[in-house]
Amino acid sequence: MMSSDQPILEVKNLETHFPLEEGTVVAVNGASFKVMPGKTLGIVGESGCGKSVAARSIMRILDKPGEIVGGEILFRRNMGESSEEVVDIASMDSNSPEIKSIRGGEIAYVFQEPMTSFSPVHTIGNQIIEAIRLHQDISKEGAKEVAIHALGAVGIPLAESRLNDYSFQLSGGLRQRAMIAMTLVSNPTILIADEPTTALDVTNQAQLLELMSELQTDNGMAIVLITHDLGVIAEMADHVSVMYLGEVVESAPVDDIFHNPQHPYTKALLKSIPKIRSNSSERLASISGTVPHPYDRPKGCAFGPRCDFFMPGRCDASIPVLQEVRPVHQVSCFLYDEGD
Amino acid sequence: MAEESLTEQEPLLEEITSQGTDQIYSASQWQLMWWRLKKHRLAMIASITLAILYFIVIFADFLAVAEPKTSEAKRGEMPPQGVHLTFDGINPKLYVYGTKGVRDSATFKKVFVADDTTRVPIKLFAKGYKYKILGVLPSDRHLFGVNAPLKAEEAIYLLGTDVQGRDVWSRLMLATRISMTIGLLSVSLSLFLGVLLGGISGYYGGLIDLVIQRIIEILRSIPTIPLWMAIAASVPQDWSIIRVYFAITIIIAMFEWTRLAREVRGRFLSLRDEDFVTAAALLGASKTRIIFRHMVPSFMSHIIASSTLMIPFIIISETSLSFLGLGLRPPAISWGVMLQAAQNVQTIALTPWQLIPAAFVVVAVLAFNFLGDGLRDAADPYG
Amino acid sequence: MIGFIVNRLILALITIWVVTVISFALIQLPPGDYITSYVAQLMTQGEVVSDQEAAALREQYGLEAPFVVQYYKWLQKAAVGNFGISMEYQRPVTEVIGDRLFLTAILALAAALFTYAIAIPIGVISAVKQYSVTDYVATFLGFLGLAVPNFLLALALLYFGFVLFDANIGGLFSAEYASAPYSIGKIINLLSHLWLPALVLSIAGTAQVIRVLRANMLDELRRPYVVTARAKGLGEWRVILKYPLRVALNPVVSTLGYLLPTLVSGSIIVSIVMSLPTLGPLLLRALIAQDMFLSGTIVLMIGIMTVIGTFISDLLLAWVDPRIRMEGG
Repeated sequence: MMSSDQPILEVKNLETHFPLEEGTVVAVNGASFKVMPGKTLGIVGESGCGKSVAARSIMRILDKPGEIVGGEILFRRNMGESSEEVVDIASMDSNSPEIKSIRGGEIAYVFQEPMTSFSPVHTIGNQIIEAIRLHQDISKEGAKEVAIHALGAVGIPLAESRLNDYSFQLSGGLRQRAMIAMTLVSNPTILIADEPTTALDVTNQAQLLELMSELQTDNGMAIVLITHDLGVIAEMADHVSVMYLGEVVESAPVDDIFHNPQHPYTKALLKSIPKIRSNSSERLASISGTVPHPYDRPKGCAFGPRCDFFMPGRCDASIPVLQEVRPVHQVSCFLYDEGD
Repeated sequence: MAEESLTEQEPLLEEITSQGTDQIYSASQWQLMWWRLKKHRLAMIASITLAILYFIVIFADFLAVAEPKTSEAKRGEMPPQGVHLTFDGINPKLYVYGTKGVRDSATFKKVFVADDTTRVPIKLFAKGYKYKILGVLPSDRHLFGVNAPLKAEEAIYLLGTDVQGRDVWSRLMLATRISMTIGLLSVSLSLFLGVLLGGISGYYGGLIDLVIQRIIEILRSIPTIPLWMAIAASVPQDWSIIRVYFAITIIIAMFEWTRLAREVRGRFLSLRDEDFVTAAALLGASKTRIIFRHMVPSFMSHIIASSTLMIPFIIISETSLSFLGLGLRPPAISWGVMLQAAQNVQTIALTPWQLIPAAFVVVAVLAFNFLGDGLRDAADPYG
Repeated sequence: MIGFIVNRLILALITIWVVTVISFALIQLPPGDYITSYVAQLMTQGEVVSDQEAAALREQYGLEAPFVVQYYKWLQKAAVGNFGISMEYQRPVTEVIGDRLFLTAILALAAALFTYAIAIPIGVISAVKQYSVTDYVATFLGFLGLAVPNFLLALALLYFGFVLFDANIGGLFSAEYASAPYSIGKIINLLSHLWLPALVLSIAGTAQVIRVLRANMLDELRRPYVVTARAKGLGEWRVILKYPLRVALNPVVSTLGYLLPTLVSGSIIVSIVMSLPTLGPLLLRALIAQDMFLSGTIVLMIGIMTVIGTFISDLLLAWVDPRIRMEGG
């Protein structure tokens, strides 16, 4: 068994760039986070903060011309017989056999678009069986059995006949379930779910989140849940990393994030959630300004220009680093910088 | 996903911001299109090429040297002459050598060789045959020429002569006029039919749409060349050049409108439910007014791009038909008519300069394609 | 799918009907009928044809009846394979056409095969390696292919064959096979001649298919299902070949419907330039001689052949695209 106090995945100072003709887009700028076995890490941030790019960096499936230019992605592989090996995914060739066996085999990835995540011209069965046979030495018939079982496990009725269906014959909710079934067929140790519920209606959302928790309890896999929805985070996550403009600005257990947020950005994010019991005359807060363009990042702290606690000469002079302010609670902000 | 769209949209944003923010909001659709087009290098080169070709169209007679229809059998199949440069003091002077005909000792065929004992100076704005500038102003000045040739040997044939001794350069200038305009005319006609029928189809929908769509599909599944050949062959032999010209234009447009009609229909279908169309209808605007004042202008740029991409098809069609002897007929001069001379291998091997009109065809078709692509990109940055 | 096929079949039948009307109208279009030119021809040879004789000839060929009656009679005979007598050759039209229809079909099919065989790999590579040298070269050649008319390409080829190899590369058969009955040897001989005109013919279509495929591939490569396939752990080329290519090929299959008429059209011109024994040169001669039954029959046959080809490509499209196959059960 894996020791559960060691992270199964540790991302250190990840930097992912998109060099374009007009300039380089720094999508992930030195982000760090840890994923513990069997736990759920929530990564939260506004759209464009680099959370999806970070996820795809881990899978090494970045769209062109994205590339990892720095940092490490340390993944603890279970080599069977209680032996383990830590590999750096960031340093692998993105088309090497090693990453291909991790991708889909040990780290699975589900994402936002249930409408188009399946190929429209191949049956669901074809695509699931392919995923099974890619990582397991199993006959076609055997793989079909596994596929039917997997579809049943995610609550798809009439699983056997669904195998011959095309994705456009399924509803959005069923499609997302089928997607999860496909990613789980090879018993991954980590499931990266990138905005899995965004495109679903509320009922389907709730059912899907419940399904994911159940599957986590059954399989003991770790989940990296990427979302902009703090409600989903509150429901699912054990630990939360808040991202802003390609950086992790705060990282803490879920309760700390909601009850004792430290970073001004996290605070602002929480204020923007409507509360049922709030005073009706109170206006819903929104964060002033907009996310800066990744071509021209602000000097110093990336959140500086939008921050209520902006300290001239300090926040625009140097870049804060992530440091522990309390046990397992890290923040990157000069407000908490005692060393200076 | 924001990360994905980033790589897609940012270049455009960058492009537009470089124009200054205030300008963008006040810029019309056409200005925006022009700014984007300017960035398309190939399209700009193509525009310049086309401008040159249309300059030839307008000033064909001025650029020509010899009356393109005068044949002189004695000067048949003369090769192009080299242009030489000399200095008269500091004034540069261009001249060509005179030519003399000799019998090839092996084949006994008459061939022409340069006679370097005679120099024929090239004069700018020389007097030549009479013509009318733009069809009105009579003139006999030409860009260049020789002063009233006294002897047959003293003439300029920059691109040689054809079998009847006609100057290929001069003929090429006039052929350009016909070949470059026949495309425009056919396109205008196709455009009219395409917008009308495509518009009706897309705007009204229902049965009329179904019928027009089926007609388009039927027309498109019939091979056009044999049909064109058959129709063109039935053009009476005694028709004048002008009538044949218009007949060919109409024959080509009869089938080509289907391309545009499809596009127009697609645009109409997507626009029909737009708010501004509904608004116009609620204000009581008539259908014609809605179509021509509101809907057509909003996709005119796309239509122009598609029309530009259609011209090359028409140029190729005209050239092919004329080449087969079924399109324009002498004494009309078009690129295809000129290429008729190059029908067999022997002719090409002996007088390769008769293939020069082919180069014009290729250049013109390429230029229209590049410009059309550029226009399409400029009209639709997301498409 | 049945609905789709029935739909296309009805359309094909209507198109064939339109083709018959057009073919027959074409026959009627020339001012002065064949008899007029026939009489003129006889006159130049010194024979005297009286008006009564001409009228008798017209009667014999049924040229005096109204259009609809003539059309109906013609159609009736055509339905049983009697396309009339070629007035120029004085032999039945079917006999004059002989195996030319077959050779035209073979040429167009070979050109279609070449088109896809060349265009698909190039289209895929230039999309996957967008903005690479391969992409630029393919794009440039694509444009050139669009810009050079078929007949020029054929001429250029003939010229180079003449200059470089001193050989006449026209024709579809060597002299010894030209009028021999079909045999294995003749077919091999045909294939050894066929590829060159087929290649010439395929260039324009290839350029078009490359452009369509490249654009579709670029679209499809960005689709989420490609990410899904990669995330499964499939190798990059396996991902590309199984998923985006498969989807991008659908619109390419549907180009076959438009490609066939173009190829058949082009084959007429290329055949004339390269003197291939297909329908092309025969049609040209028939048109110039106003040999109405011959030219009408050729246009009819070319039309019907293309409609059948297009219908087959529709079936193919229904077969490859489950979105069509599943529609209406």
